[in-house]
Amino acid sequence: MLALIVLAPLAGALFNGVLNATGLWKRLSGKDPAPAAVAAVACVSVLVSALVSTRLFLDLLAQNPAGSAPASAELFSWIVSGSLEVGFGFLFDSLSAVMALVVTWVGFLIHVYSVGYMRGDRCFARYFACLNLFVFFMLVLVLGDNFLMLFVGWEGVGLASYLLIGFWHRDSFRAYAGRKAFVVNRIGDLGFILGIFLVFATFGSLDYGEVFSSLADPAFASGVSASAATALALLLFVGAVGKSAQFPLHVWLPDAMAGPTAVSALIHAATMVTAGVYMMSRCAAIFSLSPAATDVVLATAAFTAFFAATVAVTQNDVKKVLAYSTVSQLGYMFMATAVGAYAFAVFHLVTHAFFKALLFLGAGSVIHAASGEQDIRRMGGLRGAMPVTAATFLAGTLAICGFPLFSGFFSKDEILSALYHGDRGFFWAAGVVTAALTAFYMTRLYVLVFEGKSRMDPAARSRAHESPPSMTVPLVVLALLSVFGGFLNVPWFMDGIFGSLRPGLLGEFLFSSVPPHGPQIAGELATGFGHWTLVGFSVLAAGAGMLAAAVAYRRGPGKSPVPAETSALRRGSFAGWYVDGIYEALFAAPFRWLSGFFSDFDRSVVDGAVDGAGGFVRKFSVRLGAFQTGFLRHYAAAMVGGVLAVAALVFLFRSAGL
Amino acid sequence: MEITVSHYAVLASVLFVAGAYGVLTRKNILVVLMCLELMLNSCNLLFVAFSRLHEGAAGHVFVLMAITVAAAEVAVGLAFVVSIYRQRRSLDVDLLKILRG
Repeated sequence: MLALIVLAPLAGALFNGVLNATGLWKRLSGKDPAPAAVAAVACVSVLVSALVSTRLFLDLLAQNPAGSAPASAELFSWIVSGSLEVGFGFLFDSLSAVMALVVTWVGFLIHVYSVGYMRGDRCFARYFACLNLFVFFMLVLVLGDNFLMLFVGWEGVGLASYLLIGFWHRDSFRAYAGRKAFVVNRIGDLGFILGIFLVFATFGSLDYGEVFSSLADPAFASGVSASAATALALLLFVGAVGKSAQFPLHVWLPDAMAGPTAVSALIHAATMVTAGVYMMSRCAAIFSLSPAATDVVLATAAFTAFFAATVAVTQNDVKKVLAYSTVSQLGYMFMATAVGAYAFAVFHLVTHAFFKALLFLGAGSVIHAASGEQDIRRMGGLRGAMPVTAATFLAGTLAICGFPLFSGFFSKDEILSALYHGDRGFFWAAGVVTAALTAFYMTRLYVLVFEGKSRMDPAARSRAHESPPSMTVPLVVLALLSVFGGFLNVPWFMDGIFGSLRPGLLGEFLFSSVPPHGPQIAGELATGFGHWTLVGFSVLAAGAGMLAAAVAYRRGPGKSPVPAETSALRRGSFAGWYVDGIYEALFAAPFRWLSGFFSDFDRSVVDGAVDGAGGFVRKFSVRLGAFQTGFLRHYAAAMVGGVLAVAALVFLFRSAGL
Repeated sequence: MEITVSHYAVLASVLFVAGAYGVLTRKNILVVLMCLELMLNSCNLLFVAFSRLHEGAAGHVFVLMAITVAAAEVAVGLAFVVSIYRQRRSLDVDLLKILRG
């Protein structure tokens, strides 16, 4: 049953990949595979996973306490070498359950959406094969029961991401973006696999059960030295930094927007990039051993959140805004893990999956309607043409801004309050400022796309239309989830406000696999601001940001940030604070120079020596060939001359007495 | 005057050099072949002379061998000459230079 969750998308990927994308079907039956059949196989395979996950989730929920007896299945023993024993096994505990539900259900909605979005693409089958392959590896990642399975899924989603970013590979920029994502991820993955080696060296096993039960033993935990724990935590974090696009390895995510928009929604917003958060929540016990490492995590995450938000403020490409927004929101999740509020991190992961998938799919719908236009300066007033997209996009915007009662309000607020109560006042303040920036750029995006006068050229404006139902239905479902998703985990101090709804549902469910957060359990303990004051700050920040953007952009985009006359701050923000340029100058350019040098060296010195030897022999043989005149008398003369010379030598030596 | 082995040696040398000169300078391929025979037989003469000097039979045996082989060689050589003549309508050795490198 558990294996079926993982194997169904694999079957879909193999069916579409081997049979349809390669043209085998066409060769066998003489007909092109029907797009409807391709889409049906892809969607149904993910739906099967989703339904099975839901069934197993309900089993977990029925236990008392919920999730106390996780399901597990070991398909076969994979690697047995000395003391290293790794099984190809799956574990369905509460954390995996939440992740699997998000991956399969959001994945299913995005598959359905893709049917409309990718209609008519000549590589329809290849697209769905890659998308199913991604879901397969993502499920291996979240359901694997040991670190090596996690790593297999980790690399597999990277592969699927690479394939899908460069899906339209005839465009060299898109192919480049895919390579960039792959290479930058390698840096993180190196740290991650070193971390896994260190896990084995420290605990003697890669199995979650064995590693974490030995950590739960105080005698063993105190035996792990502080430096080993810090190294372990930091190496794992390096992996998370790469996969979850945190500073300084965030540069691949904005470029990853070169892929189809549905891919950006699934891989680069809702699921794959949150793998780092999942991994850190899974390894909570390891991170709790090293306060130094969590300080690094907190600082990195807070800086990333703020930094990415400042970049998103000036971007003109609708997908770039959302990409930097994703980087920023991932920063929030890592901030939560750094103060031990893992349940809040997972909660924000879930709500973010809802509203960011919604926003990306909405953006895809807009791009579809605007004939491929992605520049928000040439949009505007689209609400009339596409009411469903506009309404759902607004819901997503309000959710990410933290508008009260929308999902982002609860999840972001809980992270901020955890920061505050975790005695991290500075980072709390940074989070609130980032929240204001978030509200600003998201409102700017919504206003510039959907409100005001249309700035599209008349031909494109007349073509703008609402997307087909296969695209709008997923939008509506995700919009409902974005609006109401927050009630999954209402803060404790709001107990009773929402009738019989109990607070902290998600946290309670996760209790069996993720350590609880202190203040979450203890309820009111804060000195300084009370809970409601903190909520007030957040709402104030969100409101101020939204209002400022609405006022500033109600008449259109204003000055473009690209020309030189705008302020240095604006230009810097537009260029992503030149991180790409710095990497180019610091790493890429010297590397290219070195490659060029070796290439020249090879061509001139190595090839020169080889070619030169050949050329010398060729020229010398031409000279030597001149001796062969073909005249018989010349040869005979040479023989006679030779005999005379030998005879003369013999006489000479004889007379010299030698 | 007694005829010694030196006389034979001088005669053989003269014959040899005359033959070599002919091989190098004559244009007609038949004459070249004849000069070649001259060189060969000058050597035979030396063999016989030294065989007599050393009072052994080895030299005679060599000479008989050489004459036999030379007969075969001349047969082959003349066959070549005939076929060359059929092809080229000429016996000029300077026309045969297809082996030029």
